[in-house]
Parts: sequence; structure tokens; C-alpha cells
Amino acid sequence: MKILVLVKEVPDTWGDRVLNLETGLADRAASEAVLDEIGERAIEVALSYADEHDDTEVVLLSMAPESAAATIRKGLAMGAGSAVHVVDEALHGADLSLTSEVLAAALRKSGFDLVITGNQSTDGVAGVLPAMIAERLGLPQLTALTEVTIEAERVSGRRVTDVATMQVSAPLPALVSITEALPDARFPNFKGIMAAKKKPWETWSLADLGIDGEHMGVPRSIMTSIAERPPRQAGQKIVDEGDAGQKLADFLRENRLA
Amino acid sequence: MPTFANDTILVLLDTTPDGQLAASSAALVGAASQVGTPVALVVGEGADGAGALGAVQVLHASAGDGLTVPIVDAVAAAVELVQPEAILISNSIDGRDVAGRLAARLGLSVAVDAVDINRDDQGLVAHHSVYGGAYNTQSATTFGPLLATLRQGSIEARAAAVEAEIIPLEVTRSGTRAAMVESIEPVVVSSKRPELRSAARVVSGGRGLGSAENFALVESLADALGAAVGASRAAVDAGYVPHALQVGQTGVSVSPQLYVAVGISGAIQHRAGMQTAKTIVAINKDPDAPIFEVADFGIVGDLFTIVPQLLEALEAKKG
Ligand SMILES: Cc1cc2nc3c(=O)[nH]c(=O)nc-3n(C[C@H](O)[C@H](O)[C@H](O)COP(=O)(O)OP(=O)(O)OC[C@H]3O[C@@H](n4cnc5c(N)ncnc54)[C@H](O)[C@@H]3O)c2cc1C
Repeated sequence: MKILVLVKEVPDTWGDRVLNLETGLADRAASEAVLDEIGERAIEVALSYADEHDDTEVVLLSMAPESAAATIRKGLAMGAGSAVHVVDEALHGADLSLTSEVLAAALRKSGFDLVITGNQSTDGVAGVLPAMIAERLGLPQLTALTEVTIEAERVSGRRVTDVATMQVSAPLPALVSITEALPDARFPNFKGIMAAKKKPWETWSLADLGIDGEHMGVPRSIMTSIAERPPRQAGQKIVDEGDAGQKLADFLRENRLA
Repeated sequence: MPTFANDTILVLLDTTPDGQLAASSAALVGAASQVGTPVALVVGEGADGAGALGAVQVLHASAGDGLTVPIVDAVAAAVELVQPEAILISNSIDGRDVAGRLAARLGLSVAVDAVDINRDDQGLVAHHSVYGGAYNTQSATTFGPLLATLRQGSIEARAAAVEAEIIPLEVTRSGTRAAMVESIEPVVVSSKRPELRSAARVVSGGRGLGSAENFALVESLADALGAAVGASRAAVDAGYVPHALQVGQTGVSVSPQLYVAVGISGAIQHRAGMQTAKTIVAINKDPDAPIFEVADFGIVGDLFTIVPQLLEALEAKKG
């Protein structure tokens, strides 16, 4: 079984994340870059299947700037077998349509039985790429899974939406997206980190995938304005001296909030 | 043949497993009515309810088998028929899947998680609140209809009820492979509390509550204030409440009039989902908890004495 896991480098959510006010793009230099936590959980789903099934190949796929290589390598240190990195200057600021076109083309070129992704990245939080990629590849999609069962010919799981909880399944090949209800990822150990340096790594450009990133003949999403919200100021802070509940009730009433 | 206005805004209304329109529907039609003529699409049951929400025309398609694909087939047919200026879909899990597939199929760009839609001299514009409300951005499409998903609870506009024209929609099935739905159960929502995403008041509890039993304290406070209940990820992970109540970066974003954080440290990922609230109140025994950096009224102390006293004080005034 060949499992492709989509991973992404994102600004660390523990720090302040900055958008460039001229370009509207993430200011990568302003924050620490990390492997997105949800992508790590997706790797974990693949690895725990591989732990039990010897003939499993786990491949990481990421579309990211050159500088993201070190971040993606963490996934190899966790235990994935190889990585495909799509790098191209023309992808700087790519919208969702172009991103899905590129990832779908890379998946087609690489080949797979199962694609696993996170449900939403922590920076873009769009949550539409899994479905876009599935459509482009003609695959069934099982999104927002909180439990996943992978079998030789089929994948199934529990999907929790805003209005229902359901059991869903599809024969392979298929694409699944998982939520943070799935377990935390394993930590890379020293042996894994050393091994990661020697694992197969492919770098593909848009030309390798036969895609023209500057093609404007299809609609593109453009950011037309951006404004920073002023940060919040702290208000009053009191230490409870036995009457704080009473004081809070007064505060709420004065402000017509109770 | 029915005719459609030039400024038609096609809105896909989500439905629940028991054949009702989802709670997000009124805001979708409301948003559409601000910028054009709302035409609703309902796949499966529930079409009768769309006129009351302000949809002038309602396209009705039968439900097909499989996940997402039959709905995408229906939206594609509706787009072909009405040639809309925009397509609005709820930013729900189901809605995002439909929007993603539709964008890929029709070659449209997609504006995700819009908090508002308006019109300027160039056309329709989607408004977004990103990085936990730290930035407000606007986006548009270079050409073609605007396809956008709308954040639930973000739009207050409502359209006046109308007598809708119900139009059966012929759908050509694409034959795209779809996942099978083997069983489905509706999510049980507590009807007595307001819905988290759109509530004017929210009371959230964190790991500081210590157990699912103690979490009842948060629920009592919410009920005393007529508020919705929310939680931190640590409280969800500990099993005090389901994930649907998680506020924050990987949960729900809320912008209520009042947000009360009880036993929540205020990690940056939690603040990302609530820092645009009008008034923030925090109760935490740690004077250095980051939640105090954004609180308008912060109390350093034990929640297990403060919340019961607060409940009593609120009750006393009422009585
Ligand atoms: C990628 C990513 C995404 C995340 N997304 C989210 C998200 O969407 N939402 C979210 O909430 N978190 C999210 N987190 C997790 C976040 O970092 C924190 O771990 C989480 O918010 C902590 O929850 P908490 O405040 O309840 O728990 P803690 O941080 O453990 O805080 C508990 C607080 O309770 C106080 N306390 C304890 N006992 C009492 C008492 N008796 N009286 C008063 N106060 C008391 C303590 O002083 C402490 O401040 C995310 C993390 C990552 C890495």
C-alpha cells in the first residue's frame, strides 16, 4: 500500500503571526516555522498502519518554498519513507485553485492508493483543499474523520459534521482528511533523525508537473485590501478578597450584560 | 422556463438528516439579499422552508447516493441554469466539501470563511477575519462568479419572508466516485441554550474545571446569563464536552458581546477564537495567566468560590 500524506509548513501558532501589509502574504521571516500539527497527526495515521503492515510505503508531499525542506524532514524523522517537495518561484502566493492543481498533479505523478491530509491548516484554515484535490483526481473523499480504519482495499471512518455523525467508507484509491480528534503524533527519536538525512527526496518544479503557474485564463482569487486590527488592551484586574463574585455581578449589570 | 435576475445570488442551504434546513440558512439568504436577489438551492427535503427566509426562488433537487458528489452535481446544474453573480455556501464541514469540489469542477476561485459580502464599484467583495481576528482582509475573483463560503454566525442581516417560486431542478449525474454513507445520526443540540457561533453571550470553561461533573458550573453560569457554552481544547481533550464546543484556532471563532473564560489560561490558540469579543471576563487563579492580557475584567481567584457566589448574586437580583 502506498500512502501519500500532505504536509505543510506553517507559522508556529505559539508566536505572533504576521501578514505583510503590502502583499497580504504571510511574512515567513516574522515567525518560527513548524510542521503543521494536523499534518503530523495525518502522518501518525499512516505510520500506525505501516507499523502493522510491512509492505506499506509512506510518502510525504508538500508544496512549499525551498526553505521548508528542514521542516518537512521532521516527518521523515518521525518515520515516513520518502518525500516529494514541489518548489517553484511562481507558486509564491498561489491561491487554492492553483495549489490544488499542483498537489493533484504531483499525486498523479507519484501514484498512490490512499491520500491522507489534515482537515484544515492552522494558517490558511481554508479546509477546502481535500475536496478540491479529490475532485481533480476523481477520488471519493472522506473528510473530517475522527476515527480512521485502513484496510487493504478500503478505508472507512467516523465523520462528525455540524449536523450529524456518520460512518463513511470508500474503496481505494481514496482521499481522507482527519481532525485533531486523532492522536498526537509520535516524536522523532535520534535514530529517526539520523535516518531522515538519507531518505529519498524528490524536488519537483511546475515544469516537471506540466503546469503554468502564471496562467491567468482561469479565475484567481486576489486579496484587494488588508488592515491590521489594533491589539486588545487589558482592562481592570482584581484579586478575589471574598467578594469577587459579587463584584463581577455588579460589573455585568453596569454594562447591561446580565 | 423560469427567468432569473441578473444579480442572482445562488445560495446552497445545508439540510439536517431529519430533513430540515440547517441553522445557517437564514444568514446565507440574508447575506445574499444584501447584494442581490437570493435564489436558494435545496438538495433533498426542506425546500418549503426557504421562502420564509427570503429566497425569492427555490431550486429543488432530489438527494442522490453518496457523500458530497450528488450535491455538487446539483449546484453545478443550478449554476448552469441561473448564471449567478455569486454562489454562497455555508462554511460548514459539508459546505466546504461542496465548495471545494465545485471550484475544482467549474474552474472557479473560492473565497473561504467570509464574514461578510458587499458590493463595490468593481463587483462583489468577500471580507475575511484572519489569524484569529488580527487582520481584516478583502478578496475578490479576477473574473467569473464569486464562490464563497460564509462563516456561521457572522452575518446578522435577515431577508423578509416571501412567497417563493419552487422550481424542480433537473440534475445530470456526473458519475464521480463518492464515499458511501453507511449510517447517520443527527447531532443532538440542546434547544434551550443559544447556538455557540452566533450567541450574544458565551461562557467557556477550561481545564481548570477539573472534571466533567464540575463543568456543570460553567453550564449553570451560562444559563444564568442566557449564554452559550464553550470550552478550551484542553477541556475537550479531557472529555468534559464535545469538540463542537471548542473555541479557538482549531475550533469555533466567536465574537459575542460578552465572553466569560472560566479556568482557561488563554493560550494564543484559544485567544484566536475569542479575542474579537466586545467584553471579555476572565476568572483564573494564576495572576500571570495570559487570558488577563485581553480581559476587560479579570479576577484572580478560585473559580469554585467565585462562580457560585456570582450565581447567587445574579439570582438574588432576579428574585
Ligand atoms: C495547533 C494548535 C491548535 C490549538 N487550537 C486550540 C483551540 O482551538 N482552542 C483552544 O482552547 N486551545 C487550542 N490549542 C491548545 C492551547 O495551546 C492550550 O493548550 C489550551 O487552550 C489550554 O486549555 P486550558 O486553558 O483549558 O488549559 P490550561 O492551559 O491547563 O489552563 C488551565 C487554567 O485553569 C486555571 N485554574 C486551575 N484551577 C483553577 C481554579 N480552581 N480556579 C481558577 N482557575 C483555575 C489555571 O491557572 C490555568 O490557567 C491549540 C494548540 C495547538 C498547538
